[in-house]
Amino acid sequence: MALSLHQRYTHSGYLRVACPEAYLVSAVSLPFLVASPVMSMKALRGLLLPAVALLAGCHTVIMSPSGDLAVQQRDLIIDSVILMLLIIVPVIALTVLFAWRYRASNKHAHYDPEWDHSTMLELLIWSAPLLIIIALGALTWVSTHKLDPFRPLDRLSEGRAVPASAKPLEIDVVALDWKWLFIYPEQGIATVNDVAAPVDRPIQFKITASSVMNSFFIPALAGQIYAMPNMETQLQAVMNKPGDFEGFSANYSGEGFSGMHFIFHSVSDDGFAQWVAQAKASGDALNRDAYVKLAAPSSNDPVHRYANIDPTLYQDILTNCVQPDSMSCMRHAKPAETGAMQSGSAANSMAATPMSHPQ
Amino acid sequence: MLAHPDLTTLIFGRLTLDQLPLHEPIVVGTFIVVALGALALLGAVTYFRLWGYLWREWFTSIDHKKIGVMYIILALVMLLRGFSDAIMMRAQQAISFGHSTGYLPPFHYDQIFTAHGVIMIFFVAMPFVTGLMNFVMPLQIGARDVAFPFLNNFSLWMTISGAVLVMISLFVGEFARTGWLAYPPLSDIVASPDAGVDYYIWALQIAGVGTLLSGVNLLTTIIKMRAPGMTLMRMPIFSWTALCTNVLIVAAFPVLTAALALLALDRYAGTNFFTTMLGGNAMMYVNLIWIWGHPEVYILVLPAFGVFSEVTATFCRKRLFGYASMVYATVVITVLSYLVWLHHFFTMGSGASVNSFFGITTMIISIPTGAKIFNWLFTMYRGRIHFEVPMMWTVAFMITFVIGGMTGVMLAIPPADFSLHNSLFLIAHFHNVIIGGVLFGMFAGVNYWFPKAFGFRLDPFWGKCAFWFWVIGFYFAFMPLYVLGFMGVTRRLSHFDNPDLQKWFVIAAFGAFLILLGILSMLMQFYVSFRDREKLRDVTGDPWDARTLEWSTSSPPPKYNFAFTPLINDNDAWWQMKQHRYQRPSQGYLPIHMPKNTGAGIIMAGFATVFGFAMIWYMWPLAIIAFVALLTTAIAHTFNYERDYYIPVDEVARVEAARTELLASHV
Repeated sequence: MALSLHQRYTHSGYLRVACPEAYLVSAVSLPFLVASPVMSMKALRGLLLPAVALLAGCHTVIMSPSGDLAVQQRDLIIDSVILMLLIIVPVIALTVLFAWRYRASNKHAHYDPEWDHSTMLELLIWSAPLLIIIALGALTWVSTHKLDPFRPLDRLSEGRAVPASAKPLEIDVVALDWKWLFIYPEQGIATVNDVAAPVDRPIQFKITASSVMNSFFIPALAGQIYAMPNMETQLQAVMNKPGDFEGFSANYSGEGFSGMHFIFHSVSDDGFAQWVAQAKASGDALNRDAYVKLAAPSSNDPVHRYANIDPTLYQDILTNCVQPDSMSCMRHAKPAETGAMQSGSAANSMAATPMSHPQ
Repeated sequence: MLAHPDLTTLIFGRLTLDQLPLHEPIVVGTFIVVALGALALLGAVTYFRLWGYLWREWFTSIDHKKIGVMYIILALVMLLRGFSDAIMMRAQQAISFGHSTGYLPPFHYDQIFTAHGVIMIFFVAMPFVTGLMNFVMPLQIGARDVAFPFLNNFSLWMTISGAVLVMISLFVGEFARTGWLAYPPLSDIVASPDAGVDYYIWALQIAGVGTLLSGVNLLTTIIKMRAPGMTLMRMPIFSWTALCTNVLIVAAFPVLTAALALLALDRYAGTNFFTTMLGGNAMMYVNLIWIWGHPEVYILVLPAFGVFSEVTATFCRKRLFGYASMVYATVVITVLSYLVWLHHFFTMGSGASVNSFFGITTMIISIPTGAKIFNWLFTMYRGRIHFEVPMMWTVAFMITFVIGGMTGVMLAIPPADFSLHNSLFLIAHFHNVIIGGVLFGMFAGVNYWFPKAFGFRLDPFWGKCAFWFWVIGFYFAFMPLYVLGFMGVTRRLSHFDNPDLQKWFVIAAFGAFLILLGILSMLMQFYVSFRDREKLRDVTGDPWDARTLEWSTSSPPPKYNFAFTPLINDNDAWWQMKQHRYQRPSQGYLPIHMPKNTGAGIIMAGFATVFGFAMIWYMWPLAIIAFVALLTTAIAHTFNYERDYYIPVDEVARVEAARTELLASHV
């Protein structure tokens, strides 16, 4: 990876051009869409496509992502905007209309200084937002469960179920000060600030951090999830298109935060094998000493590859036991629990209960 | 301390000469400008022999009107500081691309965005809101002062004390580099060993005392001191929002105090509440801080809603549409604001059911908020809208705020939030509601009630300049951030690699420049209005033909606000009095019982400042001395039995007669 980041951008072509016209077109087209509230959501989304296409043409990564999860999140953003515009557009229009029509200099407008109540109107102004929120609430409940980052995938993309034989690729992610460590337990390799996965293969990220909170985010792939020390979060995702995509920390973590980005390579199976071989060829080993050195604070680190790894390293990082005699190692007391509680939410996936005394 | 029995360390703690940023040209330059400005101000005050006047009439005043004005002066001064931070960030982000790293290294940049957030919320928005409530609410409910006048003065000075500590951090040591909510583990002693986070903790703790006491005070005032006949359902909407806001303050600020106290224990005493070891859990801090933080948003915006309600009814010359529904909407928002805090961290990994619950409660808040917007809309309907400056702010608010509300609901959908959280989309959203809601409301309020406070109106020309610069500047500054959010750009970055983003940041920086012109126009507005005060003079006390009680008294109101406690029959009390051709009584006055000024508040807050500074720098002996002095002053003040006096009938009669004469001469 000899290219500078700048070259990578122009080279890979994502996040490229943003055009201000998109603003205009979407602003102009939206009221027309809203004018047809009887149409189904799908048809509406189709109508909104010109605007979305323009934004997508502008390569805003959130609006034109490449991974199935991010695509569904994008659709949700669009659906919710359409639902809300049903009420927002009339409100803005009425504000402007009333401000103009009832200006003091317009003596033709009806003036009724005592009129301050109308049961019908009151019902309307409470129930119209209520109906929209009921729709949005249902959408929220269903989609939040369906798109829960901890939940194993059931489809690769629309209409393509995950094959029964598919085993997710496990990637263990550690946010360090201030770089990303990716451990591939199956392949026995590790990389810094560089990550790859085959197209259309489900990926299971297990995410933690070494010292402070970060947030693991590859916008083109899926939404973000916090990376927190001694806790594990998960992200189950799949990338549907090949390419190089930006990933970074989305939660401020101190001095080197701005340089905490990496490239996610979405490649073919062969490409992935080559990428792994590249790491294997590096000759470096990621043992505990190498990890301690790596974890020391540093900024804007270059890509680094490790040919082999200490297989228990990730668990040790998670339980604060890289230096096993350290006072804060959580594993002495109840070693059996390690790794036993890693499903579900971050709150209950703390790897083990901490010990009370170091002796 | 005992390990280093060195006298210098004992006295000065960890403060050394190295902590003065003499090697930082930007900071030294700022210091010189601030110091020269301060010297000029102090010199002018001394030259015009104003010290005695300021001390007697303002600093020690327990008059709610003067305290309200001083809160707003604090807010305006701190707005200049907070905005300087903003424009520095905008400049950095507009130039820091590729090989250029801009002019601010992360060490400075990280302090600046932290200070910007802290200052804008705690020392601009809060004093603005508290100041307006202080000035307006007692007048609006027909009271002569607040329930605890001394406490009010003390609250003001504690808030100023917090602001002073934040300002000191600019020149002595550094401010926190943690973001405005100082999440651990980043804010713990391992990751942030220097004094920055301690400045943060003590500034907020000291100011928090002021806020909490002021909340208790105003709440009691509204509950106990309304004029006879003013039932809760006849209370003006601004006072209603003040009531709800102070309920929120009283219930939410202790949570902030507790969270910061635990963080301070982690940092000072080596406890492990929020560390990653020995059972500590940083997620607990994140929960606690947002259990305060989300109600805080409504603490700020409810009074702004109140201002818009008053302004809309007044300038549409029409009763507020749906008074009862407005009240219920306010109360519903107050209750719901406690049930949404988790939406600030859907991405922390709670289960889907927890996330959906908090997402849906968040959306439900938009129902009463939407009802309010409709109420203002239908107040305009069939009105006679006079587009004075406060009404212009209101219309701009209605249009801007619904956009912010929409983006807020987008963020409330957990899966959408996974894509948008912490991005510039989020930044655009909350500036959209805080500038478009709170600040626009405060500017409307200042323009609306200024003549009540000073007896002359604000110059409308410069007011309109400020309006247009601010509103257009806002759209230029924050709409590009929505786009950048869609481009996956996250917040708090001091450097970017992708050159295609730059044009959006340049547009945003241009917006910030327009806002600068807006702020300068406001300062110009104050200056021009003061210069032309005779031309802008209002002798009627009711320059806008308004509806609520505060406009029934003179401008500025006499010390005692009302010679006779008014009787209330309607929620537009003054409008109704005008309809019935109300005649001011000209005799039958009684002596008026009033509280006396006291210097105890400013002295105690002074000791609190010293105490905070000493704690920040580990100057233990000084901290003990300052704390003891603080307690001693407080106890000594309880022995001050000369706290009240009576304004004699003669004086009341003289003041009222003067007003009668003035009114008669200007018919």
